Amino acid sequence: MKSYQETLSELLETIRVLVPNAGKVDEDTELVGSLGLDSMKVMNLLQEVEDRFDVSIPLNVLPDVRTVGDLARKIHQLLQEQ
Amino acid sequence: MTLLDKFEPLQQARERLRGLGIDPFNVVVEKILSPTEAIVDGRRVILAGTNNYLGLTFHPECIAAAVRAVEEEGCGTTGSRMANGNYADHLALEREFAQFYDKPYSVVFSAGYLANLALLSTLPGADDVILIDADCHASIYDGCKMSAAEVIRFRHNDVDDLDKRLRRLKDRARRTLVVVEGIYSMFGDTAPLKAIAEVKDRYGAYLMVDEAHSLGVLGERGRGLAEAEGVEDRVDFIVGTFSKSLGAIGGYCVSPHRVLDTLRYAARPYIFTASASPAQIASTRVALRLLRDGGELRRRLWANAERFYNGLKALGCRLGPQLSPVIPVILGESREESLAVWKELLEGGVYVNLVMPPATPDHRCLLRCSMSAAHTPEQIDTLLQVFAKVFSAHGMAAD
Ligand SMILES: Cc1ncc(COP(=O)(O)O)c(C=O)c1O
Repeated sequence: MKSYQETLSELLETIRVLVPNAGKVDEDTELVGSLGLDSMKVMNLLQEVEDRFDVSIPLNVLPDVRTVGDLARKIHQLLQEQ
Repeated sequence: MTLLDKFEPLQQARERLRGLGIDPFNVVVEKILSPTEAIVDGRRVILAGTNNYLGLTFHPECIAAAVRAVEEEGCGTTGSRMANGNYADHLALEREFAQFYDKPYSVVFSAGYLANLALLSTLPGADDVILIDADCHASIYDGCKMSAAEVIRFRHNDVDDLDKRLRRLKDRARRTLVVVEGIYSMFGDTAPLKAIAEVKDRYGAYLMVDEAHSLGVLGERGRGLAEAEGVEDRVDFIVGTFSKSLGAIGGYCVSPHRVLDTLRYAARPYIFTASASPAQIASTRVALRLLRDGGELRRRLWANAERFYNGLKALGCRLGPQLSPVIPVILGESREESLAVWKELLEGGVYVNLVMPPATPDHRCLLRCSMSAAHTPEQIDTLLQVFAKVFSAHGMAAD
């Protein structure tokens, strides 16, 4: 089982590859605002992330996901439930 | 911040549109002349952006039935069927839908939008899953929001992605409702329904197909994509609308499952709104018969779609992935230029729908055009001439 820290660093690495000109990305980076992505691009990014972690992120949880850290926690939780 | 401040950006966007002289999202149709012509902004225009696929809105038999119903049953029903009772015509139309699809259960709703809300808000409950194609219509997304179920999207028309997501659900796949559309309303492409049915069967999931744009358009008898693909016995719920090929307003669902009939006692979008007016039901009953016997209308619709599609292609327009009566002309990312193109088309006597992100499937603007069986070949040629002129002026046409 991956730890939260492992999930987070894997997620950060994935985002850096997918959004190369995003600048500095860390746990507190906001997905919509700071990454320079509109909501549609965030949706596409999420699909890539889902493939990477082999997990489906339900739309219902997205209102609670603002930062990269929120997303990592959600993925970590979903992987544990699987 | 007050309650109202968040609307400021939207209000400013509207003001900018007003500067253009006409708001493409609030067009006034001063007079509707026929299924394919109207007076808009003082000008006679050809309508090539409706959903009037079979051109039935002015059919004399539909009009006569609606007039008779208004005279005999009044203008409105003033309440829901649960509270005010079922009119005989509503029940007759439900029987006719059941017969048309050869399914035991059928329910009519006051709109297609409400049919989707009713099914999706009620059928999948907490612990269940709704698995929707990412390009599904807003009414499907809204139904999902009303449901207590978990909502997951799969990539548009991507059967492998659907398969993967069902696999991840493990046992919960058997309490999952997969939702797709027959013809997608913006790009006009169809779902790979045979492969989708095969995958959902493999996992024991359920399948709902919204045939809003494919009813009357696809299939030998006009029943839609499920008929055309030969998978009708593997679809659990078919929903659709009267507002497109049937030329009225209302929605329906048919199913082999008795649960559909029970939803009348549970689905709030069925219970807490007035039932469709007598005129809507009466004209739809006639339109459904015309649609069922409408092989010739379908043939004309597809011939028109092909003529327009090929004409646009010859102009060098970027079109959707597949020939269908829904024909998107894909523009660029520039909203200003898209607005200008749309306005010049209108000034040239052509009315189509301008669609901008986030209502489009990607970041580009598009002109959503659609064909009707009622268009004449001459009208289509006129449409193409106007497109050629406007697109050349914008450097968007092939030489
Ligand atoms: C795919 C789809 N489903 C449902 C609807 C809603 O239908 P209605 O106009 O009857 O509310 C539409 C129409 O906009 C649609 O395109």
